[in-house]
Amino acid sequence: MTDIHEAFATALQLLLQLDPGLLEIVTLSLKISLSAVLLGALTGFPLGAAVALFRFPGRDLVNAGLHAFMGLPPVIAGLVVFLLLSRSGPLGPLGLLYTPAAMVIAQWLLVTPIIAALTCESATEFHRSYDEQLRSLGAGPWRTMTTVLWDGRFNLVSAALAGFGRASAEVGAVLMVGGNIHHLTRVMTTSIALETSKGNLQLALALGIVLMGLSLALNLAVIIVRDRVKQRYA
Amino acid sequence: MVASGLCFSSGDTPLLKQISLRIEHPGLSMILGPNGAGKTLFLKLCHGLLEATSGTITWNGKSAEDTRHGQAMVFQRPVLLRRSVADNIAYALGVRGIPRRERPALVTSALQRARLLPLARRSAQLLSVGEQQRLSLARAWALKPRVLLLDEPCASLDPGATLEVERMVAAIGAGGTKVIMTTHDLAQAHRLADEIVFFWQGQVLEQGPAEHFFAGPQCVEAQAFINGELAPG
Repeated sequence: MTDIHEAFATALQLLLQLDPGLLEIVTLSLKISLSAVLLGALTGFPLGAAVALFRFPGRDLVNAGLHAFMGLPPVIAGLVVFLLLSRSGPLGPLGLLYTPAAMVIAQWLLVTPIIAALTCESATEFHRSYDEQLRSLGAGPWRTMTTVLWDGRFNLVSAALAGFGRASAEVGAVLMVGGNIHHLTRVMTTSIALETSKGNLQLALALGIVLMGLSLALNLAVIIVRDRVKQRYA
Repeated sequence: MVASGLCFSSGDTPLLKQISLRIEHPGLSMILGPNGAGKTLFLKLCHGLLEATSGTITWNGKSAEDTRHGQAMVFQRPVLLRRSVADNIAYALGVRGIPRRERPALVTSALQRARLLPLARRSAQLLSVGEQQRLSLARAWALKPRVLLLDEPCASLDPGATLEVERMVAAIGAGGTKVIMTTHDLAQAHRLADEIVFFWQGQVLEQGPAEHFFAGPQCVEAQAFINGELAPG
């Protein structure tokens, strides 16, 4: 219990002092996770909607793949990205390994199936309700897709939040492709792993509390905004 | 509208059987029949939302799908987008290619006709069922369709809301739009219909002017239906 109390005190102290080291790690963590979620949303929303709305060869396979990859082990994602970006890999010449960009790619790989699968469920539900009416009005495939995405926007916010939860909590993949390099690729989760291995449990716990607090605050803010808008329009 | 040898099956079950008819009456044509008679299926085939198993439907010689842009359909349960009342109409106008600058005036006019203007900014999901159905009709009306297909639009409405919807339907018909409507409600058919097409178990058993149908139906099934004796088809 003393450790936990001290960890809280240390976390509070680090936050109140706006510790530059902590801020650097928090900022980088948020940048990487939010970039991955943004990319995941840009690819996952249309992918999920396309699977829900259109019939094409291999659609069931894609759908099954999306759901299966929701639980993709981070180390597998990390390994795949590592092989792609390593010097001898197909994307090796880009020189992205052990950079924040590599970490974004790894997290994008993890969050996209989650966002796409949840989008697919939402779009399926809306499409079932809207299909005949939209066809009656004369809406084409593109208009139908944008309509079910827009009208399911509150579900999509939840999908993006689920993706952010996955990205921000992830350690294995970013450790493999980022390397946990001080001032370059060290994020909160890899810092916690490092501090724990060094026996610096208090700092590790403090970082954990900050990570949880940030995640909670972001989710709370989005949920409050979403519910207010939802009350007004839906 | 000409239907010729129209059949529709679900798996091995025939739901519409060899329907051949012409709808040419300028007034309101009412597809009348008990639940399960195939009225809704027929209307969806007319609108090109379903594909017939065999047979054809043509409008002035063109296929149902090719003429859909000149039609509008209102469903039994109102299907409204998760937007404001005004935006639901603006959306439909947008889909039909009405320029953005022309939409506000058309939306206002449609809402006035439906007596929904005070609710323009409210979410469509927050309207009562009666108001939602009036909004669906207003949306269809705003498209200025040549043909309006109504699938039991009053089925889940109370008498007051039914009266409002019927008032709108009559006004739309008076404006020159051909209205084809389904109902199983004899009183409503009495009030609105100029022509009756009587459906029973996926077949058309009778078609003719409403006053002739109600004065003396030709088939025993229609007679029994009018007398309230017919089991659901």
